[in-house]
Amino acid sequence: MTQLKRRDRQEIGHQMAGLGAEATAMTTLTLDDVVIGNEAHHPRRRRMSAITTERLVRTFDGVSAVDGLDLDIRQGEIYGFLGPNGAGKSTTVRVLCTLLAPTAGRATVAGYDVATEPGQVRLRIGVALQEAALDPRQTGEELLRLQGRLYGLSRREIEQRLGELTELVDIGDALRRPISTYSGGMRRRLDLAAALVHNPEILFLDEPTTGLDPMSRARVWEEVRRLNAELGVTIFLTTQYLEEADELADRVGILNAGRLVAEGTPVDLKHNVGNDVIVVRVDGDPGVALASLADVAGVQAVDASGCEVVVTATNGASTIGPVAVALANGGIAVRDLTLRTPTLDDVFLELTGTHIRPDESIDEEIEEVTQ
Amino acid sequence: MTATVVTTSRRADLRRSTIRPRQAGFAHDVMSIAGRALRAIPRDMTAVIPPVFIALFFFVVNIGTLQRLTERSIGGFDFKAFMMATAILLGVTGISRAPALVLDVENGYFDRLLLTPVRRLAILLGHMVADVAVACALTVPIVILGFALGIHFEAGPLGVLVFVLLAALWSLAFAGFGYAIALKTGNPAAVNSAFLLFFPFLFLTSSYVPRSQLTGWLDTVASWNPVTYVLGGLRSLTMQGWQWTELGQALAAIAVVAVVSMALCFGALRGRLKRT
Repeated sequence: MTQLKRRDRQEIGHQMAGLGAEATAMTTLTLDDVVIGNEAHHPRRRRMSAITTERLVRTFDGVSAVDGLDLDIRQGEIYGFLGPNGAGKSTTVRVLCTLLAPTAGRATVAGYDVATEPGQVRLRIGVALQEAALDPRQTGEELLRLQGRLYGLSRREIEQRLGELTELVDIGDALRRPISTYSGGMRRRLDLAAALVHNPEILFLDEPTTGLDPMSRARVWEEVRRLNAELGVTIFLTTQYLEEADELADRVGILNAGRLVAEGTPVDLKHNVGNDVIVVRVDGDPGVALASLADVAGVQAVDASGCEVVVTATNGASTIGPVAVALANGGIAVRDLTLRTPTLDDVFLELTGTHIRPDESIDEEIEEVTQ
Repeated sequence: MTATVVTTSRRADLRRSTIRPRQAGFAHDVMSIAGRALRAIPRDMTAVIPPVFIALFFFVVNIGTLQRLTERSIGGFDFKAFMMATAILLGVTGISRAPALVLDVENGYFDRLLLTPVRRLAILLGHMVADVAVACALTVPIVILGFALGIHFEAGPLGVLVFVLLAALWSLAFAGFGYAIALKTGNPAAVNSAFLLFFPFLFLTSSYVPRSQLTGWLDTVASWNPVTYVLGGLRSLTMQGWQWTELGQALAAIAVVAVVSMALCFGALRGRLKRT
């Protein structure tokens, strides 16, 4: 057996969860050996972890973009790094990819320290940054060939990889056209192919679908799944799209203002919020609604954000009626009332008191200042 | 939440590959970067056509304007051979891929290069190797025009090669300023203005008449101007034959400019690569 499907791994992992931490760790090692099945040529490799950070800090002019981050990402895992713009996701990626040095703390990638062994790290990672980093004057083929040469591949190896990746890029004869003529989706796919030319062990995808149309986004998702399932590539994926993290990630880390505020499987994180969510959009001050709903039976928690009141409940179907009554009794004008299962945004809301918004740009501002 | 999974008609063959990346040699890195820079030239002809045009234009116009005057004033003087060195310097000075490097910084491709194991110095040196090749190529039409105008190289065919090589070395030494500005500012407009640095050097010297014809103060300034000695070395090949003193002075002048420009350039590279 060379590969296990992701759901098989998860299932076995869940079955082993009851055996205690030590047994789980041993089991995971065995699974990774089967699933990943490579890298015996890296004697220094810590078998368990693909990426670790210990109290990682990165500041710009005294302002913390990443603030005491602890991560432990296993080989073969898809790790979703979720947070709003400015949370520190891109800064974290740039530190892990050796473009930035940590201000404090430590980070290892593929078993190598990013600060002291950046060359070893670079040989083992592939990176697709937030903005497709492509030279518009080159053709797609020239870019991929040069990428191969810079990773020390022979001409024959480059030909082989081009053959394998051409289908992934899937832009036909356009590969021989200047990149300046490519659409946004074509650029993203070429960027992904460039990150894969040298067959990396770990792939960093920094908001890989930002700005893509739904069709292109779905294709990127499909390729990410395949890279992980078929090749066992560890994938560190940053995103501000909740559904992306939900769909792709084995585990999700939620980052806010440079700090990891929650981590777990999407299912577990949502489960922690509660079984059901009732969303009430009100006219006027939602703070008044908070007071009216606090004592309603079955309500676990109430949060307000903008004109929305988010009520978590153990049984939404039986609680939604009393919630509506309580709001009416409180004289609160309700625009609409929705019952749904929790999302990662609810997790974020519960942890931070705000929704994930795409309009916060602390990270970008910090980087602008330093430039 | 459910995502729409699109199954493409063709699926990439992502079989587990035995290919493993490795650090390439330094020369391999340099040549890879140089190759990319050279492949970009045919798509960026605006970077090379104007300098050649300017050089050819002034070569012809200056001969038409000043040949009779200078040759009548100075006995046995060959103004066309004299002017060819000036034309060559006009053509090759400021030729560099520094504007392309700025674009790399702007569009993020520079970061992509930094994410690879390529040696950082090779990124810069690769561009400079390409610059030398381009400078050599740019001298060809000017030299051909010179031959067409009847210019004879006293140093013979080997002298032509040394003439081209000296011009290319000067071009490289001056290009360091462009790279320094590119890496320091990341501003294409600032890089394009680097050529303006050359103007005082070009006019405060013996570009149009021999030093013996310069007035006192200008001759003093010219004696401190490295371009004077580069022109002297180039002209010795066309007008006098193998004059080792002039050639040595030309090389020394190029070396002095190169030391300054490369110090600035590599300092700017260090600053750009600073990860803290």
